[in-house]
Amino acid sequence: MIAELGLAALWLAAALALLQLLLALGIGRDSGAKIARPLALVQGVLTLIAFAALIAVFLRTDLSVELVAANSHSAKPWLYKFAGAWGNHEGSMLLWVTVLSLSGAALAVFERRIGEKMLVASLGAQAALGLGFYAFLLFASNPFARLAPAPAEGRGLNPLLQDPGLAFHPPTLYLGYVGLSVAFSLAVGAMLTRHVDAALARAMRPWVLASWIFLTLGITAGSYWAYYELGWGGWWFWDPVENASLMPWLAATALLHSVNVLAARGGLRSWTMMLAVVAFSMSMIGTFLVRSGILTSVHAFAVDPQRGTFILLLLAIYVGAALVLFASRAATIREGAPFDPVSREGALVVNNLLLSVILGVVFVGTLYPIVAEALSGEKLSVGPPYFNAVAGPLALLLAALLFVGPLLRWRRDRRPLGRWVAPSILTAVAVLSASFALAPAMSLLSRLGLAFGIALIPASIAPLFGRSLKRTPLAVWGMVVAHLGVGVALIGMASDSAFTAEKLAVAKPGDKLAVGPWLVELSGVAPVAGPNWTAIEGHLRASRGAGPETLRPQARVFTSPLTETSEAAILTAWNGQLYAVIGKQRAEGWQLRLWWKPFVTLIWFGGALIALGGLIALVGRLWRERRWGREVEA
Amino acid sequence: MSLKPKHQRLLLAGLAIAAVLAAVLLAMWGLKDRAAYFFTPVEIAIGKAQQGHAIRLGGMVEKGSLRQAEDGVTVTFLVSDGQARVPVRFRGITPALFREGSGVVAEGRMEGRTFVADEILAKHDERYMPPRIGNQAAEHAVAKTVEK
Repeated sequence: MIAELGLAALWLAAALALLQLLLALGIGRDSGAKIARPLALVQGVLTLIAFAALIAVFLRTDLSVELVAANSHSAKPWLYKFAGAWGNHEGSMLLWVTVLSLSGAALAVFERRIGEKMLVASLGAQAALGLGFYAFLLFASNPFARLAPAPAEGRGLNPLLQDPGLAFHPPTLYLGYVGLSVAFSLAVGAMLTRHVDAALARAMRPWVLASWIFLTLGITAGSYWAYYELGWGGWWFWDPVENASLMPWLAATALLHSVNVLAARGGLRSWTMMLAVVAFSMSMIGTFLVRSGILTSVHAFAVDPQRGTFILLLLAIYVGAALVLFASRAATIREGAPFDPVSREGALVVNNLLLSVILGVVFVGTLYPIVAEALSGEKLSVGPPYFNAVAGPLALLLAALLFVGPLLRWRRDRRPLGRWVAPSILTAVAVLSASFALAPAMSLLSRLGLAFGIALIPASIAPLFGRSLKRTPLAVWGMVVAHLGVGVALIGMASDSAFTAEKLAVAKPGDKLAVGPWLVELSGVAPVAGPNWTAIEGHLRASRGAGPETLRPQARVFTSPLTETSEAAILTAWNGQLYAVIGKQRAEGWQLRLWWKPFVTLIWFGGALIALGGLIALVGRLWRERRWGREVEA
Repeated sequence: MSLKPKHQRLLLAGLAIAAVLAAVLLAMWGLKDRAAYFFTPVEIAIGKAQQGHAIRLGGMVEKGSLRQAEDGVTVTFLVSDGQARVPVRFRGITPALFREGSGVVAEGRMEGRTFVADEILAKHDERYMPPRIGNQAAEHAVAKTVEK
């Protein structure tokens, strides 16, 4: 019954989306916004009901629902039953659609800055997006399909996904992915109604910011999840699935900066529209990559080629239509206010160009193996050697731009900036010389990363020099914090790649292994059991100077489905993490792999700072506009 | 320097196109010798793989070929595709579902006649089996992502 309710809600939502689209196409033009707003809102509520229904059948382990039988198990802890609702293809697509229609609802309810015509057009675009994905759900991935007869027990959830991180990682990432749909729809609406101006940028900005915050958090959390769950000690593998989330982030980062130029100066109009289209296209390409079954991974639940074709078709229609619209309207978009190359606008253009080039090389590197195999049958993979060598230097250039860009004024800047830039340049030079003296073997990329990362600390604070801190807008604080986060993350990345110490050996109880500053003793190995797994647990005592700390890495065997995983044990100290993995039993003892990773935590701390910066800016913007709105009304 | 809005717009459009071109050229340059091609044992037997180049090797771990070296963390085994076999050496903890008779993708390079693996990418979960055993295309796709 619950499943049928969910399905009915989905059909109804799809019907409303169709109405909303027709409304935008010109039927019932007079009262467009009056009808479009409630339509979008009810659609949001309906998809929320469908999503709640899915969670309900998972929590009750209703095995007559095919999806539950295929992906859940009655013995699973409740958190994983709950999160398992979106730990599969159909559920995750329902989550996607739910976020899409909730974004539309939020746009309908809260957006008052843009004209009614543009709002109706934007909601129409949002509905068009929704319709495609409703069709995909209802015809190709129905999450509520029944199974008769119901099996006695479900097949269980991939154990790698049985992790608290799973409960939050996909929803966070999806909020980011799909939030960008609003920027897309607003751009389409603006181009249709020929209102590409600063007001549009101000309407678009909070959406871009919010999506970008969620993307940043999702990527950061996903990276940490891969780090502790896979037991490889790495935090980024340039895996296509990771790239699928990085590409929209890169586009959103560029958009975030260019939308500011449009909002503040009325410049970069066409460019911003293009980026808004590209950003959401990247979200859809990411979904296509991950959900089509082209890649086999825990993320790729579907191995059904029909579904891949369906998403590819949707992608082609939406991106194609948006590009055609852009091409036909680009000439009618007015030029922005002119600016000098040395100006805030100029720096933001360079920022955008660099981000676009990085996006381009990641895009080509991610899709090349797929295209090459489809065209010539040649099988190959593109991994860290390519991405680090090509994208790494570009990212460093981008970091270098941060020394100057944020200090520049709008339009033109002829001030001598030496006084403001000097501290960061001096820091970079000092760190570089120190690194040559103390760590001559470092690779160039990590050396520069470390120097730029540390120098970014003064550089990101520099825009505050000479300002009254009290009167500094929150948006500026947000920028400072986010740029600081970039520096902090860079330090973590460089330190991890340059200073990690590794030890791989076989140990008997009582053996001691040295790794970095730590002495690690294997004190024993014991079997342990969890609700749906059994494991071998190593007891390690790690010490450096002070008293020993305990680490307990496990090698787990899950019963349903039968799978083995490795649970790393991680000891976090103020200056890094000790990471331990236990392997197989050998005649001489147990395989142990230990890493000492100095300051590795800064990577995710930096990511969190970047997101926090975004949040501060978002709050500042919303607050300001609310006050401004009230003044206008008064 | 101050440009007319129209000229500035042309300049920006030119820059944008240049950026896209630069990205494509840069990517092509990078891919030329950094993409790891996938080889089967028979392809290696006829000398298709260059020495020392990063490649991937896929096939089955031959039954009875898995040996443990004395250090306890190095294994050697033969990867076969039914027509040829390649000796593989790997130092590290082998993935959970790595065993004799099962499919494997190894990442590494040819050193002499031995494939030295940096990473072994075996299937992690019985459910994420490639559609058809011995289908290297699927094995290849399994690649590193399976582990994730």
